[in-house]
Amino acid sequence: MTVLTALLRPGRARTLAAFALAAALLLLAPAVLSPFRLDLLAKFLCLAMVAVGIGLAWGRGGLLTLGQGVYFGLGAYLMAMHLKLADAGPGGVPDFMLLYGTGQVPGWWEPLRSPVSAILLVLLVPAALAALLGWAVFTRRVRGAYFAILSQALAAAFAILLIGQQQTTGGTNGLNGFRAFFGYDLADPVNKQMLYLIAAGVLLVMVAVVRWLTVSRFGELLVAVRDQEDRVRFLGYDPALVKVVAYVVAAVMAAVGGALFVPIAGIISPADVGVVPSIGFLIGVAIGGRATLLGPVLGSIAVSWAQTSISEQFPSGWIYFQGALFILVIAFLPGGLASVAGKLRRRRAAAPPGEAAPGDAAPDAGPGPELVPERSPA
Amino acid sequence: MDIIAQLFAGLSLGSVLLLAALGLSLTFGQMGVINMAHGEFMMAGAYTAFVVQGVVGDAGVSLLVALPLGFVVGGLLGLLLEATLIHRMYRRPLDTLLVTWGVALVLQQVARDVFGAPNVDVSAPAWLSGAVEIGGLALPRTRLFILALAAVCVVALALALRATPLGRRIRAVVQNRDLAEASGISSRATDRVTFFIGSGLAGIAGVALTLLGSVGPTLGTNYIVDAFLVVVAGGIGQIKGTVIAAMALGLMQAFFEYSTTASVAKVLVFVAIVAFLQLRPQGLVSVRTRSLA
Repeated sequence: MTVLTALLRPGRARTLAAFALAAALLLLAPAVLSPFRLDLLAKFLCLAMVAVGIGLAWGRGGLLTLGQGVYFGLGAYLMAMHLKLADAGPGGVPDFMLLYGTGQVPGWWEPLRSPVSAILLVLLVPAALAALLGWAVFTRRVRGAYFAILSQALAAAFAILLIGQQQTTGGTNGLNGFRAFFGYDLADPVNKQMLYLIAAGVLLVMVAVVRWLTVSRFGELLVAVRDQEDRVRFLGYDPALVKVVAYVVAAVMAAVGGALFVPIAGIISPADVGVVPSIGFLIGVAIGGRATLLGPVLGSIAVSWAQTSISEQFPSGWIYFQGALFILVIAFLPGGLASVAGKLRRRRAAAPPGEAAPGDAAPDAGPGPELVPERSPA
Repeated sequence: MDIIAQLFAGLSLGSVLLLAALGLSLTFGQMGVINMAHGEFMMAGAYTAFVVQGVVGDAGVSLLVALPLGFVVGGLLGLLLEATLIHRMYRRPLDTLLVTWGVALVLQQVARDVFGAPNVDVSAPAWLSGAVEIGGLALPRTRLFILALAAVCVVALALALRATPLGRRIRAVVQNRDLAEASGISSRATDRVTFFIGSGLAGIAGVALTLLGSVGPTLGTNYIVDAFLVVVAGGIGQIKGTVIAAMALGLMQAFFEYSTTASVAKVLVFVAIVAFLQLRPQGLVSVRTRSLA
């Protein structure tokens, strides 16, 4: 009961309670779910990490990034390459290279042999790419739809590049058949459970980081840049820098999600990182409430779960369902499900005249930056 | 010799991109609507050609019937989309992108359920088979036809925008919606017509693509990203930029592909566009306004 009342109160107490509830549910899951379902949930948690980053960049910052699959894929491929090398043993060659390639490990794979440098690269490579692209694009004030299209083109180019390099990236098949994760046997259910707990812990840390960022001065600036970029510039801040930071944070979160996805799912292929999955990440964020803290996580998990259960029964049904979700949620409920409660409350409050709507009802779950016309005519 | 062959390959690819992007230069460039379903309108045009060929039989006649019919099919789909969804969202361009992506997913799956997942083939007419020999260089007639078709579409669109009353209305609404309305132009009707023409051009592009390969549900997805890049690099507002950007992209892809591989070429083209936007963030040809860039 106390948890419930705390949930309804705005501010810090509510956030803490929601966070504690989420943590408790995640910790309880191994006790009630079958190993197969737990494995699925662990996979969904990795995809939810991408959603947390998108929630920050898109929901708070208005950066419609259609290419998060690139960072997810970079993290995943770097981890997969390390696992492949570790499986092959010191000086060994991954199996698929013997099949398709020259039988030699290419030079740029070598840094991934050591576990420490592999983890560092998982974090640094996506961050560097995001920083470079973000810096190039945002400082030149390329924004809105232009940025969205560029990020999508990046995803397309990345997937095509991966497919084209059969000898060194596994091509269309991707990388799969991992036996161990940093020395722990992946066939052992205990280690599977450990991976789930790692994923759950990392996800909770990410949510906490986003919460900390959004209440900080940076979070205020990010929302300000989303809503009125020019005014932020006139106040003496550099909007490009704010955007780059948000974009890099989102990229790193996607990369970590990808890196954990690999040992859990056991495969990464270009089909997981291209244009279609990259946009697919967005729908969960939109349903949950793009500008809320937990909305992207819950929405993303719900969408992944729906995808699995619908595809099991009607193979073509999922695509119709996903298409319908995009149309209905974005067109008619841009604030996501998180905004429904606020809307209802406001409607009820509107009934007795003279009473103002509560201000805390989904404060920025509205359509956000898009309310400002992109191009003002002359 | 080789260079001329690459030049032709590039121009040919450019003309395909141009056909795909021309409709976008109207709907995205002029109206600011990001229509991700544009690629699926192309797919609809391609399937129109397939159906027409099944009914008419003769490949030569069916192509000539399919071109205007593809325009109408694409246009009507666009009209439907505009009237049901897009007109509510003119003030939320980024959200339009996601909504039309949903529409694109649904259209793809409809095509898969109606025509089957495997690709279908449309045979090219006899008068387009073979190649024209110019200076020892064999230029496929289908490619030449698409080049000519792209040129005709550009000229027709430019003339329509410049010299007809309809074109004047479209330009007026784009430049200043309020003033256009105050002068008695129905901006709603103009929006619909603009969207009809832009989507219809996608249908024509789809029909043309049947000459180059087989038709599948994901036909549009393969072109939509490049088509949008063309419009971004070309700059919004004018067809001139779209034409130059399409040809430049086609040539770059062809020449990079010649010296590396197709997949590396794609990445290089992307890098080139990002670098180009460093110089001209608004694209090649941009309308100068006093708004903050």
